[in-house]
Parts: sequence; structure tokens; C-alpha cells
Amino acid sequence: MLKGMFSRPENMKLYWKQFMQQCVDIGVGSFGIVFIISLFMGGVTTLQTAYQLVSPIIPRSTIAQVVRDTIILEFAPTLTSIVLAGVIGSKIASELGNMRISEQIDALEIMGINTKGYLIMPKILAATLMIPVLVAIAGFLGIWGGKEAGVLSGVLSGEQFMMGLRQEFKAYNVFFAMAKSYTFGFIIASVSAYYGYNVQGGALEIGKASTTAVVVSCVLILFMDYALTAILL
Amino acid sequence: MIELKDITKGFGDKEILKGVSAVMESGKVNLIIGASGSGKTVMMKCIVGLMEVDTGTILYDNQNFTAMDHHAKKEVRQQIGMLFQGSALFDSMTVEQNVMFPLEMFSKDSLKERKKRVEECLERVQLKDAAKKFPAEISGGMKKRVGIARAIVLNPKYLFCDEPNSGLDPQTSLLIDQLIKELTQEYNITTVINTHDMNTVMESGDHIVYMYQGQKQWEGSNKEIVFSKDQKLNDFIFASEFLREAKEMRQLDMFKDNKWKDQLEEQLKRDSKK
Repeated sequence: MLKGMFSRPENMKLYWKQFMQQCVDIGVGSFGIVFIISLFMGGVTTLQTAYQLVSPIIPRSTIAQVVRDTIILEFAPTLTSIVLAGVIGSKIASELGNMRISEQIDALEIMGINTKGYLIMPKILAATLMIPVLVAIAGFLGIWGGKEAGVLSGVLSGEQFMMGLRQEFKAYNVFFAMAKSYTFGFIIASVSAYYGYNVQGGALEIGKASTTAVVVSCVLILFMDYALTAILL
Repeated sequence: MIELKDITKGFGDKEILKGVSAVMESGKVNLIIGASGSGKTVMMKCIVGLMEVDTGTILYDNQNFTAMDHHAKKEVRQQIGMLFQGSALFDSMTVEQNVMFPLEMFSKDSLKERKKRVEECLERVQLKDAAKKFPAEISGGMKKRVGIARAIVLNPKYLFCDEPNSGLDPQTSLLIDQLIKELTQEYNITTVINTHDMNTVMESGDHIVYMYQGQKQWEGSNKEIVFSKDQKLNDFIFASEFLREAKEMRQLDMFKDNKWKDQLEEQLKRDSKK
């Protein structure tokens, strides 16, 4: 399927338009859910870390340090991607599945358009570009949510949190998070596109393809999460 | 002109097309008819290249389509317009955008010229007023007409219609048939229609190929079909008492008009060839 995507576009302008449309759908369309889960993810991480760090010799600012690294290393890229696999993956699979069943893909083929190039490539490129952006936003929002939860619950002050954030910060962790999110973005779009594009049957099969796409994407994300952690850290 | 030479197609052990040969002439409405499962849809999909034939050749104006590489096939496909059974309109686009799409993709005309062409096509199918509507907001018959407008917007040499009348009332069906016939003659298009509709057969069938269990069982025109002695064809076409009576009346009319001699001669020639 991936090999079939690479051919000279029939009309670059329309391919670009399709790519931009997908960027908007994926980026803007998923922002709401990313915003909500990131804030709560950060908040919960702060409270649970505070609950576990009971020793009086550990400074309160360490909570912020743990929250920062947990969010950057794991929660922002992996948890966000798993949620996005549900949101974006099911959308891609059902959209392509519906186009297949209603013969819209055949109609494009008959016109002489490379349907893999026109329908799938912009989705994969857009997901590979926009999911890291969403993960970066999720990272910022998660840390902010952690700070707000810490201050509101009286676990630590804002100054303590900001101090903890700056302690032993490793830029490599951000690189690691981005490497994971690019990989996950590619997995979500390509797996979902594969299942959607190859649907055969009717409405029931579109639903099945959509579910399978999300399940397979999640499993692959978790597998790659482990593999990348083992290789890069 | 499209020529099929001994094409076969199977899925696993099941052979769907068993060596079909036929000629689809330009400027004529060519019909593929037959019962469900007789291989009509597979045959049409093979002709347009949505499926590969196992053996045999398909010629588009003497160019061997089956032997062409992907790039050459794409060029031929840009001369093909197709109306799908479910219309296959793009849900996210308006009627106007649907018709505009092939032009945007392939035409180098200016926006003004493209818009003018879209207007012409929508006017041709009497849908100018529905230009800004989405497919979900229009009726089945209107969808078919948008499908026709989209199929003809690039002035195709070949027009394929898969069950153009399915799900439509008899009056709208006639309108669609009439439109396809007029366009075929107006632009000298090679039109191939896959149909079950007996009105289409009797009104538009310049050339009819009757498929039976993956083979070409009978070939002729809508006039010859009335005099055909082929039992399988007669069982399929004139299935009801009403249609059998209509057939007899049509034969009687032709005898009265003295048209029967030519028809009979043609039929005898055909039978003697077989």
C-alpha cells in the first residue's frame, strides 16, 4: 500500500489542498480532547506523586521534576497517541471504508487518479506532522495542569513547582518524546488507512475495520513504545 | 469503439467470465444485460480496468488496454466517464464541486472557463438550481444526473453506466435513459450500460449483449430482440405475462408497418452464422 502512494501527483495543488485539509482535521479536530486529557493527566500525576513522596527529606520541588519527566517521557507521547489512535484512527478508517463501499474510490480510480497517493499519503503526512505538534501541546498543558493541581490542592507552591521544573532538565528527553510521537503518528495513520482502504462488504464491515484499526494501532504503539525506550534510553 | 476478445475472469476456482467477445460501437448505446450473477458487473469492471482479466484482450480504439502499463492506462482512463450504481458522489463536496473535481484535477483551463463548463454540464442535466446543494440533500434521480454531469464534464470518449436506473421511478428512469442516449449521439460517445431495466433495453438498446452464466448468450439490437428465438433470452426479457403480450403486440405492429422483413432477414442471417 505504501509503495503505491509514491507516484507523480496528477495535480499538486489539489494534493496540497487535501494535505492542508487533513492537517486541520487532525490538528484542530483533536485539540479539544488533547486539551482535556493533558490537563487532568498532569493534575493526577502531581497528586499521585505527592501521595507517594512522603519522606520529609525529599524536597517538594522534586514532585515537579517527577511530573515533568513522566509527562515528557511517557504520558504526553504515549497516552496522547493512544487517545488519538481512537479519535483519528477510527475517523480515517471509517472515512476511507465509506468511500470504498460507496464506490467513491472506484470513481477516483476511473478518473485516472492514484487513490493511494491522493487519499492516503496526505493523511499519513498530516498525522506524522500534526501528532508531534499535539504531543508537544499535551506536554505543556500536562505540566501546567500539574502545577495548577499542586497549587490548588496545597501540595506545593507555584515557586516550588517552577524550581522543580528547572532541576536536571535533559533536552534529550524532548527529542525522545518527539521521536516517539513521529513514530506513533505514522502508525496511527498508516494502520487505519490500510484497514479503511481495504474494506469489503457493507456498513458492518466499516465498523469492524474501524475497531480493528484502533486496536492494532494501540498494540503497535505500545510495542514501539517499549522498543524505542529500550533503544533510545 | 471498444473490442473484447475472448476475455476470461475467475475468482479462485469459480470462473465468472468464460471467453466473452463483443464489440461496443461508438455513437451507440451498448447494453450488457443478464440475470444477477451472470457476470455483467465483473465484465464492466474488467473493461474499465478496475479488475484485471485473466486471459483475452480489451481494445480501446485498437489500443490494447490489457497490455498497457499503469501510466498508459491512466491516460485512457482520463477519456472514460462512469456513472456508478450508487452515483458515488463525494459526500463532502457540493453538486458543483463534484462536477468541477475532474476539471480541477486534469484541466488546464482558467477558473472562469472551468466554472462555465460546469454550468453547461449542470444545465444539460437540468440541475443548475441544485449546484450549491450537498449529495445528502438531493434525491436519487438527481444524484444520478449529477453523476452523469461529472462523467461528461471532461468530454469523455467512453461512457460507462452501472445500473443507471436502479432505485428510480419509471418516469425518472426514462429521463435518465433519454439523457444518456442524447449525450451518446451528440458527442459520438461509446456508451456501455449495465442494466436490468427492460424499459432501457427496449428504448435505448442500439446494441445488446445478453450474458448467461458468464458467457455471451445473444447479441443484437432492441428491434431484433422482439424476434429472437433464443429461449433463455426470452425467458429473461419477457418474464411476465404482461411483457410477453407486449412483445406480441410489438411484433404485430412491425408486421403492420412492414418492418418485419428487414428484421427477419437480419435475424436469419444471425442465426445462420451461429
